[in-house]
Amino acid sequence: MSLSATTAPPSPAAPPSPDLPPRQRRGRLFNRLDVKYSPYLYIAPFFLIFGVFGLYPMVRTAWMSLHDWDMIGDHSFIGFDNYTRLFSDEYFWNALVNTFGIFALSTIPQLLLALFLANLLNRTFLRAKTFFRMVIFMPNVVSVAAVAIVFGMLFQREFGLFNWLLSFVGVDPVDWDGQRWSSWFAISTMVNWRWTGYNTLILLAGMQAIPKDLYEAAAIDGASQWRQFWQITLPMLKPTFIFVVILSTIGGMQLFTEPLLFANGNILGGNQRQFQTLAMYMYEMGIQNLNTAGYGAAVAWAIFMIIVVVSLFNFLLVRRSAK
Amino acid sequence: MISASQRLWRTSPLTYVALVLAALLSIYPFYYMIVIGTRSLDSINDVPPPLTPGGAFGDNFGRVLDNDAANFLTGMMNSIIVSSVVTLSVVLTGSLAGFAFAKLRFKGSNVLLLAIIVTMMIPTQMGLISLWGMMQDLGWYDTLYAVTVPFLVTAFGVFMMRQYASQAISDELIEAGRVDGASTFRIYWSIVLPALRPAAGVLGLLTFMETWNSFIWPYAILTPENPTLQVSLSFLSYAYYTDYSQVFAATAIGTIPLVLVFLVFGRQIIGGIMEGAVKS
Repeated sequence: MSLSATTAPPSPAAPPSPDLPPRQRRGRLFNRLDVKYSPYLYIAPFFLIFGVFGLYPMVRTAWMSLHDWDMIGDHSFIGFDNYTRLFSDEYFWNALVNTFGIFALSTIPQLLLALFLANLLNRTFLRAKTFFRMVIFMPNVVSVAAVAIVFGMLFQREFGLFNWLLSFVGVDPVDWDGQRWSSWFAISTMVNWRWTGYNTLILLAGMQAIPKDLYEAAAIDGASQWRQFWQITLPMLKPTFIFVVILSTIGGMQLFTEPLLFANGNILGGNQRQFQTLAMYMYEMGIQNLNTAGYGAAVAWAIFMIIVVVSLFNFLLVRRSAK
Repeated sequence: MISASQRLWRTSPLTYVALVLAALLSIYPFYYMIVIGTRSLDSINDVPPPLTPGGAFGDNFGRVLDNDAANFLTGMMNSIIVSSVVTLSVVLTGSLAGFAFAKLRFKGSNVLLLAIIVTMMIPTQMGLISLWGMMQDLGWYDTLYAVTVPFLVTAFGVFMMRQYASQAISDELIEAGRVDGASTFRIYWSIVLPALRPAAGVLGLLTFMETWNSFIWPYAILTPENPTLQVSLSFLSYAYYTDYSQVFAATAIGTIPLVLVFLVFGRQIIGGIMEGAVKS
């Protein structure tokens, strides 16, 4: 501090007066430095830690993906070989299909249901509003691991509740994790249960931002509630809906814990890989098998690019359809 | 006679039926967790499945504690430590940076804020593999540093605090502090931080829950001998999936603290989530 005090140029606004005692002069200099530079100190922790542990690993993953990278051994540069290998890798395509299947089964019903519930919760004269909001959101408070464990038992073949219920309508017990469609359904159910309430709240927040007089005007013109929903709520909700869709896309493309625990920790996702997701395949290649880390890194970047493309596609789709 | 707006917003009984149904579906798995967690091992294989709680919770939970392979208590302690440290740090760094972006003038602030908002869209799972390698190089494999340090700051925390600070704190208040000769940090500590308390509370709760519940990274970097609670639960369920009453007793213990916190602070948490949604 004392070194910079002798080299800092005098400020034109407050020329150091010879009458001031040195302590006060130093205080003024400190003040100027404080106002000018201390903001950078306050934002520095974010940029430092995010830079080192968030951004750098992502960039480094890209670098790794261009190598035949063994976590404990050699790294030799091979250009885009890992990426071209993806195209002929049947396990990658399998994981891609599974991810999209589960994504569709969870996102579409979930968002429709959330839209429906949000519309119900948006009624002005609804009683116990806070109660319903809290209860519907509560599934989001539980950890994914706990959800997967609980639903794993509900979907059990022998003693599970779902098969028990099915027996009443004369359906034979389903081997939920044994087949493709049934495992997708079970995993989607876990996702739907956990996230419907969250999306309901976000959509409800969007609905409440719509000016009430729009509805009153429509009601006076004789528009039914249903018509108001289609012609006022939906179009006005578009930005919120796009936000929710993109959030679901990012989450859906990275689905990992539910299928992993549903398979009792088997990273292959069932004996036929019938529900191995892209994130599980990335984990299998990049972390489980240390010698194929470079290929795993390529899978990671492929997932990232898929997220970007699917988000963009959904964005355009929602924007057009709600016009 | 009812007015147009009353007719417009009236609530039919069907609305309540639908909402109560949704509420029951939301609660049922919690209830089921308690039913199985309090039942003896024999009774859970009954057909029809048990639908009411039993009295065997103590016995089940005792089996969890005696289970050396599950390391349940280690997991609990680790989760408490990691979640507390991360929460404290996210709130402090978030409020410092949020204050700077909302109330201080400095070169490049707009660009830097934009950078933070963009990072909120990046899925950090994509850096997992090389982060795993980095932790090996740092000698942090299987340590709490690995599951704490990378999460000490969040873009969401900075953004949320900035939004709140720009509304809740008047420029005059900060000016008054300056006139009184307070340093910027002093202003942050004695004026801004107290004013940010409501938002800091919500951010803290959300961060605590997220850290407590995080799975994939602790699963990748910790061993079953030194797990977080979620990792311990997962290994417990892999190894003892036939002993569901033990697994469910553990799952319930790992879930109930968060549910209690939610029941106490749910109103604020939901308010925070909904407010954040409108702004973004």
